[in-house]
Amino acid sequence: KQWYQRRVAITAGSERALKLTTDAIDLNTANYTVWHYRREILKALKCDLEDEFRFTAQVIESQPKSYQVWHHRRCLIQMTKDPSRELGLTESTLSDDAKNYHAWDHRQWVLEQYGLWDGEFDYIEMLLQRDLRNNSAWNHRYFVVNSTDKWNHETVKKELEYAAKYIRKAPNNESSWNYANGIIKKNKFSYDEFPEFIDFCIKLDEDKILSPFLYSTLADIYQASGKSKRAHELYEKLKECDSIREKYWIYKQNLL
Amino acid sequence: AVVSTQSGHYGRGIVKFVVGLQQPDGSFYGDVWGEVDTRFTFCAFATLALLGRLDECDLDAGVGFILRCRNFDGAFGCTPGSESHGGQVYCCVGALSIAGQLHLIDTEQLGWWLSERQLESGGLNGRPEKLPDVCYSWWVLASLKIIGKAHWIDKGKLVRFILASQDEETGGFADRPGDCVDPFHTLFGLAGLSLLGESSLAKINPVLCMPQRVIDKLSIKLEIINPYV
Repeated sequence: KQWYQRRVAITAGSERALKLTTDAIDLNTANYTVWHYRREILKALKCDLEDEFRFTAQVIESQPKSYQVWHHRRCLIQMTKDPSRELGLTESTLSDDAKNYHAWDHRQWVLEQYGLWDGEFDYIEMLLQRDLRNNSAWNHRYFVVNSTDKWNHETVKKELEYAAKYIRKAPNNESSWNYANGIIKKNKFSYDEFPEFIDFCIKLDEDKILSPFLYSTLADIYQASGKSKRAHELYEKLKECDSIREKYWIYKQNLL
Repeated sequence: AVVSTQSGHYGRGIVKFVVGLQQPDGSFYGDVWGEVDTRFTFCAFATLALLGRLDECDLDAGVGFILRCRNFDGAFGCTPGSESHGGQVYCCVGALSIAGQLHLIDTEQLGWWLSERQLESGGLNGRPEKLPDVCYSWWVLASLKIIGKAHWIDKGKLVRFILASQDEETGGFADRPGDCVDPFHTLFGLAGLSLLGESSLAKINPVLCMPQRVIDKLSIKLEIINPYV
């Protein structure tokens, strides 16, 4: 009987039914069926969705890792074609947890759908100034460059300079090294096309910087240029300073 | 029960539902309401494969979508451009295993990214600079196992991390030592220990997270790369 009453309420669309979904969401934010009913009721009531954006923002604040509330938010934007609140919303969520996977996914979707790229590099820079180890921000940088520019030699060179700036500040930061090595590899360039980056790595080594990521990158550079002996020495160093991954370094050494 | 659904009434309905969720770009919705995520690609492939009907979806398009979710670091996210994440890697690698397309993975680059998930404590995290979590003993380790690189992490240290995450009074596993236990982390802690060769546990299949003896009874092919080749 309750089930039937609920179905009738949804079809009719009533404030009471809407309130029911609010209560159900409060009990279990992950109940995707209830979120679906809520959307149907909102459409039937022809609600002004300003309140709904506010409600969703509140739920996001208390349950920022709920797949369902973020999906609901996306549906609201699709219904209203209004993305004006989203960069602010995701910025707020990310100020509490700079690596919230849902917030980043949502932000990327909004940026791509509505082309709101202005100011995005500044935002990434601000996040990296706050925490240069924020892997999500590094990933986002790749996403923004990829969406707004071509990965030609000039772009890669510029991005390598950017990564190098942060590598100098924290040479043991996996994200900045992954970014540098990744943009070369993914875009099918080779190290010898970026002599400044090679010189940068060599200089770090001469300055006796202790970093498995530096040694690994240099070993790849030396291997590519035929300097197997120097690569071999670096793998010996890595087997010692990064012994937890000893078998990987042995594998790389055997490839020489 | 699974075998009987292959030709049964429920099997047909399930196949129709799952295949109907595939989108033109090869991705899968999680349900009719439209969320896209590589988790759903894995679930779709696994469901269809278990029912012996994998060929009823557009496998090439599904694989194409997964490859578009591969990032510059060689690992995978939930949608194209999303950050690489251990859980998503498991879904993508598992899906490629079911589809028989593991050769499309750069196993050296991905294997290294996965091995970098191991921290000094021996535990595995899901992304750079995040805390270790017992559930990644499954997502990350199973992925390594499938691509033949499980020996690239320190197994002894990982075993010790998982065992230290138990509650010695109540039993069960937590996400990390000292936290509250729950069924989710207990499952993945045990699954991880099985993959690490714990002899008191049944052997687990790294693609479907089911006992190998169950998989052996089904006519389902799950690609796993031999680490010694």
